[in-house]
Amino acid sequence: MDDSYLDRLLSLFSEYDVPAAFWVNIQLTFYAAILSLVLGTVLAMMRISPVPSLRWAGSTYVTLLRNTPLTIIILFCVLALWGQLGIVLSTDFQRNFFLLAVLGLTVYHAAFVCEALRSGVNTVPVGQAEAARAIGLSFWPAARLIILPQAFRGAVAPLGNVLIALTKNSTVAAAGSVATEASSVMKTMIEFRPDVVVGIFFIFAMGFVVIVVPIGLATTALSRRLAVAR
Amino acid sequence: MRRRVGFAVVAAAATLALAACSGGGGDEPGSTGGGKPEKIRIGIKFDQPGLGFQDGSKYTGFDVDVARYVAKSLGYEEGDIEFIAAPSAQRETMLQNKQVDMIFATYSITDKRKETVSFAGPYFVAGQDLLVAADDSAITGPDTLEGKNLCSVTGSTSAQRIKDEYASGVNLVEQPGYAECVTALVAGSVDAVTTDDIILAGLAAIPANAGKVKVVGNPFSEERYGVGLPKDSDQCEPINEAITKMIDDGSWQKALDDNVGSTGYKPNADLNPPKPDACG
Amino acid sequence: MSDLVLFDAPGPRARRRMVWVNVAATLAVVGIGAWALVLLGQKGQLAADKWQVFLTANPWTNFFIPGLISTLKAAAVAIVTSAVFGVVFGLGRLARSRAVRTVSGVVVEFFRAVPVLLMMIFFWLWISRLGVVSPNDVPFIGVVLGLTFYNGSVFAELVRSGVHGLPRGQREAALAIGLRRSQSLRLVEVPQALIAMLPAIASQLVVILKDTALGYIITYPELLQAARQFGAGQGNILQSLLVAAVIFIVINYALTKVAERLAGRVGRRTAGRAAKAEAPTLVVDTGR
Repeated sequence: MDDSYLDRLLSLFSEYDVPAAFWVNIQLTFYAAILSLVLGTVLAMMRISPVPSLRWAGSTYVTLLRNTPLTIIILFCVLALWGQLGIVLSTDFQRNFFLLAVLGLTVYHAAFVCEALRSGVNTVPVGQAEAARAIGLSFWPAARLIILPQAFRGAVAPLGNVLIALTKNSTVAAAGSVATEASSVMKTMIEFRPDVVVGIFFIFAMGFVVIVVPIGLATTALSRRLAVAR
Repeated sequence: MRRRVGFAVVAAAATLALAACSGGGGDEPGSTGGGKPEKIRIGIKFDQPGLGFQDGSKYTGFDVDVARYVAKSLGYEEGDIEFIAAPSAQRETMLQNKQVDMIFATYSITDKRKETVSFAGPYFVAGQDLLVAADDSAITGPDTLEGKNLCSVTGSTSAQRIKDEYASGVNLVEQPGYAECVTALVAGSVDAVTTDDIILAGLAAIPANAGKVKVVGNPFSEERYGVGLPKDSDQCEPINEAITKMIDDGSWQKALDDNVGSTGYKPNADLNPPKPDACG
Repeated sequence: MSDLVLFDAPGPRARRRMVWVNVAATLAVVGIGAWALVLLGQKGQLAADKWQVFLTANPWTNFFIPGLISTLKAAAVAIVTSAVFGVVFGLGRLARSRAVRTVSGVVVEFFRAVPVLLMMIFFWLWISRLGVVSPNDVPFIGVVLGLTFYNGSVFAELVRSGVHGLPRGQREAALAIGLRRSQSLRLVEVPQALIAMLPAIASQLVVILKDTALGYIITYPELLQAARQFGAGQGNILQSLLVAAVIFIVINYALTKVAERLAGRVGRRTAGRAAKAEAPTLVVDTGR
């Protein structure tokens, strides 16, 4: 019984390209991570800026995006941006959906990056900002040279958590016509071979464990090393 | 003081959890009913307008009407029918586990499925077809889709079949449901939607889509919709008799007209109405 | 750190510049909005019949309200089961026995790393295959289990870090008055950690509520699924999704506010340093 179970499981995995499915998730995560870091930093800057309207815009963005289910955001990217407004991000048809999913993941997680950075800013002592002003730096140089570098160092752990969440949330791209990612492939495989459902799940779950746990360990180690001694 | 508060929290949480657990498992009466049941549990689609659709507390569609007629012939009143959602991926499992007594859910009879479940019928023969914009005359069949955008639902093989067999240059879009596909079709982002013709007709029959989309009417496959039954079921013969009777007394045609007729859709007349297969 | 110490109060010139920038930004936003609206109008998405139907009773009584109730039901059950899971495995990670600690640690780390969607799909297909529950209940159970294992692991970490975050004096005092270590945990440390966890639980509720939306992939008739179904029948799926999104935002915003309130009150009440543990993901900043 055990032997044949293993055989059936293995024969199934020779039919489906599971590593390729995970590679799609990794790519989604990679692009969305970089873009959401950029957008999230901009949002965090807006939220600590001297301009009231920018602060308002930043916090409205975060409130709206953080409270909307990611699934709906990704559905909107495909149905509204592409389906109705005709926005095309790539001339390659399938690549277009991949990029739309990256866009959805980006705008959603940028809100959390912004929150993580704000918590990083909160770790910077008031004296730093006061000193920056005292030597005559205006907002932008003070933020760029004094506040943000320290804020990033203080925000490594929460940023790592956002990255982990993003890695796992990349499975939601299934809602946006990216049918080659891992959760879709798993679903197809279970439907095709329901007799080995536990084995299939365990292998996919371990795939994510292998990706996510090192990210967690690395960011924890990094946050210890980068912590600003105070 | 603080200690007591903490305990109260734990106790409250535990009680709630217990209450929730017993509540979650216990509120479904007769879920494992054996013997000769008073009620009949029928699996249908809940989200396919024109075929099986849950509209609040009402159920509508061609599959549902056939199911009602068959249940009535088997001696069940309207109130004895319990409709259960039967998503495509779950149909075999639900029958094997005897969680439903029969399934009317755009369920094609195939040899592979016959290994695990039995079928009565067919009660309808559908065919894979295309739904296009009402003013589109360029798309007449699957081989005219070269370079066009074609939409189907996630996990469906029908679009892949077109790419493999008819038009290798077609662009495939996968959406969570056919309604999303139709929205994109009306907006012009996709050129065609593909699945069984009667499903497409059901979508076209929605008032909001009236006059905007049409079924091409050139089916290029044969999907024989059967009544899914557990493997050892003894209901095949009486169900087939009921289907034959439904076709003979005109109720079948009426159900078809009521649900998908408004669009001018006509099923493949060579194959419909079908004659049920002999029970195996 | 107060945001306001970052910069001097803007002077007249800076204020004038701000006005111009604001005008330009508003124009840009309005322009993009207008462009989108015109395009949507051309596609017929702004037609009155696609929206008016939301003023009638049918979508609410038959779709959105039942959907919302399903969403809230799954979220409510999941938050309780996750809290129980969290306390059990959080205590497990603090246990004396190395074996218990290791097992609890592996369980918690495993379920924190697996996507909720993957778990939901698995439980949905697996439980359905076991055939022990009515098929109408399977999606609900799949959603609740998926949410429980993930959020329970998050809570387990909160319990653990909450206990670690308590001043050492608490345990020392408990041991000094003759309690055993397990008693100290049970009677002194964990209750305080739980109180400190309350705001985190409230903010995790937002995460749970949002994640119930994944249930639509496994056919659970929650709010998003109800919206899609209504939109499928009416041919206004975009509008339905928008309404669902607004409902989610309003509820989650209210929950976030409650969580912030709670955080403020708990911060005042606890003597020990409140657990500042970060929930491992999607953490709502508990407001320092």
